[in-house]
Amino acid sequence: MIVVLLSVFLLAADQYSDKLKPVRNLLSVLVYPIQYVVDFPSYFMNNLLGSVDSYDALLRENKALKQQQLINDSRLLKFAALEKENIRLRSLLDSSFKLGEQVLIAEMLAVNLAPYEHVVVVNKGNRFGVHVGQPVLDAKGVVGQVTKALPLTAEVILITDPNHAIPVQVNRNGLHTIAIGSGQLNKLSLPFLPNNADIKPGDLLITSGLGGVFPQGYPVATVESFVEQPDKPFAVIQAKPAAALNTNGELLIVWSNSQVIPLSKTLAEQNNAQD
Amino acid sequence: MPKISLSILLSYWLTIFVAMSLNILPLEGAWLIAMPDWVLVALIYWALAEPESASVGKAWLVGLLVDALTGQLLGQYALAYSVSIFLCIKQHKRIRQFPIIQQSLFVCLILFGAQFLIYWIESFSHQDMPVSFWLPVLTGGLAWPVVSFILRKVRHL
Repeated sequence: MIVVLLSVFLLAADQYSDKLKPVRNLLSVLVYPIQYVVDFPSYFMNNLLGSVDSYDALLRENKALKQQQLINDSRLLKFAALEKENIRLRSLLDSSFKLGEQVLIAEMLAVNLAPYEHVVVVNKGNRFGVHVGQPVLDAKGVVGQVTKALPLTAEVILITDPNHAIPVQVNRNGLHTIAIGSGQLNKLSLPFLPNNADIKPGDLLITSGLGGVFPQGYPVATVESFVEQPDKPFAVIQAKPAAALNTNGELLIVWSNSQVIPLSKTLAEQNNAQD
Repeated sequence: MPKISLSILLSYWLTIFVAMSLNILPLEGAWLIAMPDWVLVALIYWALAEPESASVGKAWLVGLLVDALTGQLLGQYALAYSVSIFLCIKQHKRIRQFPIIQQSLFVCLILFGAQFLIYWIESFSHQDMPVSFWLPVLTGGLAWPVVSFILRKVRHL
């Protein structure tokens, strides 16, 4: 009887407030060894496979990576120039420009929490400054956002979770909409676009930056199918996430800098004068 | 109060630890959906075999740990586990006399009750669960003879 009352009280408290955070933190530290043990075999296998790679293969990989790095570097040079130009133009237009983001690399643990939720655990938590609501990316696109930041780990909800929605825009024409998780790792649905919307298979969807969680301009998904429904107000549109959600590897947890660059020198000077 | 032997306590927590690890194994597809709740099955075994040492309070604590482990609302599994274990301890004398098939049915019943509580709590925050949400109840019952056999070996180690 007592434990039932206590459980109900806990449920209510956890649902409606965040007072229980220290309790959850403590418990999460207690169960961390379990997650570690479950993750260990795959971690061990990866290490083993890495250490028995042949010298030749490593050499080849190194060469390929160096070439890739060179290409990326040259692209980055161009990008830096473009960014400067963008800031300059925006300052002419009197609009603001967001600063670059800072990232932390985290590794996904090979554990599976609940069968009907797309939630993954990563090996960086509070102690690294991770906090709730941070966007999580991988090399190819948006993965999800942090839902729980625990001392040693953090839980990340994927964009394909049925309870997750992400504001996106079509890269080709700037059309805004919302992409909702479908519960399948390779599918997102866009349920709020009319039948005559200007969107077609192959379109790239990027984050629109609305909603304030995800920074603007990261690839989210590519449109896969567009089915008109003449008898219904909205079309059925499905998209394939850009990020590799079904492989567990490294993820980037992003700190998007919410401070904007001062628009022009005059404005900055005004601010200084006020200070 | 009866004296609880240290070895029982040790094997209790050890098996619970293993069951928790099994619960979060990274499986795919049908395996994942059909995975029984190993922790609850193990708890039921201990409640029937050692009702003095496997108390409702311990079940509650284990439930709380599972809540933290799976990132659910705190208290969800705690509630389900403690209610199920309370029933098991109440009935343990009768259940022990049952043949193994009947025990499996009883375990199914308890698992169903626990799953129903979880369903009820999840329905506050989530959308509807698919029918396969109830599959672990059946597989848990099927797994019972094996689990009880293994745990008996562990207990008499």
